[in-house]
Order: sequence, then structure tokens, then C-alpha cells
Amino acid sequence: MTAVPETKKTERRISPAVIPMYIVTVLFVALPMVYVIGITFLMKDEVFGITNQVTLKNYADLFSAVNLKVFADSFVVAISTTVLTLLIGYPFAYFTARFSQKTRSFIILLIMAPFWINSLLRLNGWIILLKANGAINEGLLALGIISEPLKILYNNGAMMLGMVYALLPFMITSIYNSVEKMDWTLIEAARDLGSKPFSAFLRVTLPLTMPGVVAGCVLVFVPSMGLFFISDLLGGSKVLLLGNLIKNEFYQARNWPMGATLSIAMLAFTFVFIIIYKKVTDDKTAGGLK
Amino acid sequence: MDDMILQLKDLHKSFDNVKVLKGITLDVKAGRFLTLLGPSGCGKTTTLRLIAGLDTPDSGSILIGGKDMKGLPPEKRPVNTVFQNYALFPHMNVQKNIAYSLVLRHTDKEEALKKVNELLSIVQLEGYNKRMPAQLSGGQRQRVAIARALACDPQILLLDEPLGALDLQLRRQMQVELKALQKKLGITFIYITHDQEEALNMSDRIAVMNDGCIEQFGSPENIYEHPTTRFAAQFIGQSNIIEGDVVEKVAGGVRVQICENNTIIVKGEYEIGEHLALSVRAERIDYADKADFGFALNGTIKMHSYIGGVLRTTITLQNGQEVLITGANPVSRYPAGCAVQVFWDPAVAAVVERGQGK
Repeated sequence: MTAVPETKKTERRISPAVIPMYIVTVLFVALPMVYVIGITFLMKDEVFGITNQVTLKNYADLFSAVNLKVFADSFVVAISTTVLTLLIGYPFAYFTARFSQKTRSFIILLIMAPFWINSLLRLNGWIILLKANGAINEGLLALGIISEPLKILYNNGAMMLGMVYALLPFMITSIYNSVEKMDWTLIEAARDLGSKPFSAFLRVTLPLTMPGVVAGCVLVFVPSMGLFFISDLLGGSKVLLLGNLIKNEFYQARNWPMGATLSIAMLAFTFVFIIIYKKVTDDKTAGGLK
Repeated sequence: MDDMILQLKDLHKSFDNVKVLKGITLDVKAGRFLTLLGPSGCGKTTTLRLIAGLDTPDSGSILIGGKDMKGLPPEKRPVNTVFQNYALFPHMNVQKNIAYSLVLRHTDKEEALKKVNELLSIVQLEGYNKRMPAQLSGGQRQRVAIARALACDPQILLLDEPLGALDLQLRRQMQVELKALQKKLGITFIYITHDQEEALNMSDRIAVMNDGCIEQFGSPENIYEHPTTRFAAQFIGQSNIIEGDVVEKVAGGVRVQICENNTIIVKGEYEIGEHLALSVRAERIDYADKADFGFALNGTIKMHSYIGGVLRTTITLQNGQEVLITGANPVSRYPAGCAVQVFWDPAVAAVVERGQGK
């Protein structure tokens, strides 16, 4: 964020030891990517998947009303997920970083622990909790708080819950990393110079932890554009997200060229978003005397 | 007590059951350059933090300009701090750092800019407005930190070992500049250091601190020439502590027995049988074949070492104690092993401890 002069370029010489890595990268990342881009210009074929007929029809189809709505919905879901995880994750990371070293490590361990379990299994856990005869409803019924089971599964709320649940650790860990690096005497200096605690936070802590916030937002926003199984499992497929659309094109419509085109569109979309976001946060330090 | 800008009354502070301050009482006149001098861990930084409001005392009170600071957060106190590591905001340029407190007070933009430039010229950094802290040297950061702390015209400026990270040349230069700055601004400076030379060089008043207490409070001359405690004598300058029992009253003083056949004269009134510990500065002691001042301690020269500017001589007394003597002469007439008599003007010795003799 600050204008630090670039360190002089280190000499680049490719060591033979990295050649296998380059081969793997080219074979498994670059080539498939070229293939995906390539088939976006081809037509679908019922028998062989694709024909060798070159066309731009797939790109024209992107802008159909249905697709645009899916894009808009996905965008709203991704933004909401990002904002929600940020609102929960920032305070969480902030206070975690201010605990003693021992407590901190323990909390971070707790956050990371669920990653040892497959995310589909964890989401199924939520279904058990949320379903009509699930733990939450049974509990509330037993306590007499409700008279009939709440419909809390298979709706947008359950889907958002799943999204936030799945992506929150990414937000927490990236913000935590930057809060942990904070020099707290800066806050004392801010207080000494006349800032109330919240003003010191806004003027010093927040700008200095912005890199963590940006990283967290990117880490949450990008996957939430493409996650389809959460919408399927918890949202009851009520909202069609970009991820669902792509999956459907490949598996149900068997329209590989269209699926590939949607994938590329999603990539481009998130890429543009990241660039815009970077630009915005780079100017965050402005304000006050220039 | 009207002209007292700062009054500390019996301050106590503990961290995790460790007593850091054990009753600090101090009155500081407005416009003074006061130094808290002491070894690390003596509680000087804690004292500063209590004054700034960054920590709260367990008991005791702090009055600034006669007003009790109890319960006032740091932002409401008329003091500002220059932190040990400068604590410049790394995401703001020099100008924004200095203007931080001005922006908070909604100072008019033009006025704030004028003030920033004025402060930059005071600390001799004109034109550095747009530099980022990372692009500055240690000495420059230090100056920015001072300018920033001065921006909202504090009644007291607190400086926590601000020269600690600088090299010797720059330290000396900054000492002179800081002192001149304080004179010019007329603001009270409370300065923390463990460097006695720095303290003696800059201060109007020095409070020597040790183990959570103030050992001695006075002018630099007073502290140096008339230490009142053993610690103050040994922490500042090269002191020889000479101990013995009063054996006889003489005109204007007493005779104190140091060891067999060796006595010294001490000025002042003491009772026979009392045990005295004296501090005599290394440069105030002399030695020769024949002593002056009506007393002499027999000793043998152990060694000479020339340390640049002064010759340091170690002499072993009859009782085995070693005394350190510094002299301006780079060579001594007496080689090592030579028997000499050690003496000093009784007026320059300070009694730092008195108690019952054995």
C-alpha cells in the first residue's frame, strides 16, 4: 500500500531442478486452460460433445436473460457472503490476535480443525441440524418455544449460512495474519495524539490491516462465485448460481462449449472484480491532509 | 506550588504482582528539562506511561498544571509522547503524521499546513512533507516523532529514550539540538534515559531512579558532586565508596578509621562510633609520596591504563580495597608497585550512607 521502492531485480536463471515443475504446470494447468478457451469457439455435438465448427454463438448466448440473471444472483450472493464473513471475521480475528500467544494458537487450531473433514460431510452436518425433524427444531419443540417445525432448511437463508460457514475461516485467517503483525504502540501513539479508541482504530488499525482484509475478501469472493454444492445441498437448488449453471451445462445439457464459455466468463468477471477492488483499496490511505 | 506543572504523589504500580513503582513523588517546575535517569527496569518508562495515561497507577495521583489526571484517557491529557521506537504511522507520509492531531481537532487545512511546515523547520526537515517513514533515516524519524508530538502544543513533552537507537555522533548532536529546542519552546520536557552523560548534559533537573524509587532529585551538579545515596554515587560517574567508623571529633569534622593506622577526615557533624560510607569521585582523588589535607591512606599502585584523555590508575589500599583514580596526565611519575599515599580534599567527599558502627 505504501510506495516502497522496488528492490532491485534478482537475476533470473532457471535451475534444471524446476523443469519437472514447469512440465507439470504446462500439462495440467496451461493446456487444459487452452483447451477450455478453445472449445468456447466450437459448437456442441450431441454425439461427440463438440464439433469442429467455429462460432461466436456461445459468447452471444452469454447475454441471454437467463444467464444475466444467474450472473446477477451469483454476484449478489458472493458480495453478501463476502460482506457477512468480513463483518464476522474482522472482530473475530482482531480479538483473537490480542489474546496471549497460547490462547491464539488454540483458537486458530479450532478454526483450522474443520478442514480435516470433507466439506460435503460438514454441510451434511448442517442438514441434520436444520431439517424439519433435525436437532434445532426438535429442541425448540421440546422446549415449547415453537409449536410446529420451522422451515429453516432449503431456502436462501440456509444457503447463505452454508456459504458463510464454509468461507469464514479464509477471512479470519487472512485478517488475523495482518492484525497479528500490528505494532500496538502505534495505537498508543494515536491515543496520545488525541484519538479516541474507535478513531485510533479507523485511522491506524484499519488501514494497516487492509492488506489482510483485501486478501480475505478475494479469498472469499472468488470461490463463492463458483460454489454450487452449497446452493444444491442447503438452498434446495432454489437459486441458480453461476456454479450450478456451469455444472448443469456440462452434466445435464451436455453442452460443453457453453459450459466452457460460462467458466471463462466467470473467470473474467472475478478477475475484473479483483482489479477494481485492488484499485479502490490502494486509495484507502487517502484522507486528511494530502 | 502554583508554578508546578507536574506533581506526582506517591505513585504505586504493579504488573503481575511485581512492584514496579514503590511510591514516586516528584514536583516539576514549568519550563524545566527533567530527566528520569536509571538502569533498565527501574520503573522510569512506567512512570512516563502513567503520566501519559497509557497505564493507570494502582495508587497515588498525578497532577498536571494543578489538575488531577485521574480517570483521564491519554487523548484528554495535555501531554504528548515521543516513543522509544518513534511509533510513526507507516501508512502516512511525514506531513500526515505530523498533522494527525491537527486533523483530529479539525484545524483549518491551510493553518494545519502552516503549522506542519513550521514544525518541520523547527526540527530541520523542511521539504520532507511527502516522504514516507520508511524512507527516512533513524535521526530523521526521530525528528518527525518530535514534530508530531509538538503539533498540538503540549504542556509537557514526554520523551522515552528517544536517542537510544542512534549512533554516538548523532546522539551527541541530537542532545544539543533537543536542549536548544526545549529552551526555545519553553515547554517542560520529561526525558528518560539510562545514559548518565546524556542526563548530565541536557537536564536542568535529574531524578535518579532505582528499583521503583527515586534515589535522588536535584540539579546535575548537585547529583554529581553531592550524591546522597550509594546507588546515585555509583550509577553516575566513577565513584569510590570508602567506609569506616568515626573515631574522633576534629575541627569542622570527624576522623574516620578506614583500616589500621589509616584514617580520613570527613566534614560535618557525626557521633563517635557511627559508620559512614563516603563517595569520592575518581577524578577528585590524588596520590603522592606525601599526602595533604591532614590525612593519608597508604596504598600500592596496581596498574595504570590510558583510556584516551585520562589516565586511570588503580591503587590497592592497605585493607585490600581498590580505589580508582583518574588524572589528566597521560603518564604517571609512579610506576606500578610503587607505594603511595592517597588523599583528597574533604570538601569533595559526599556521605552516602550512615549507620551504627560494628
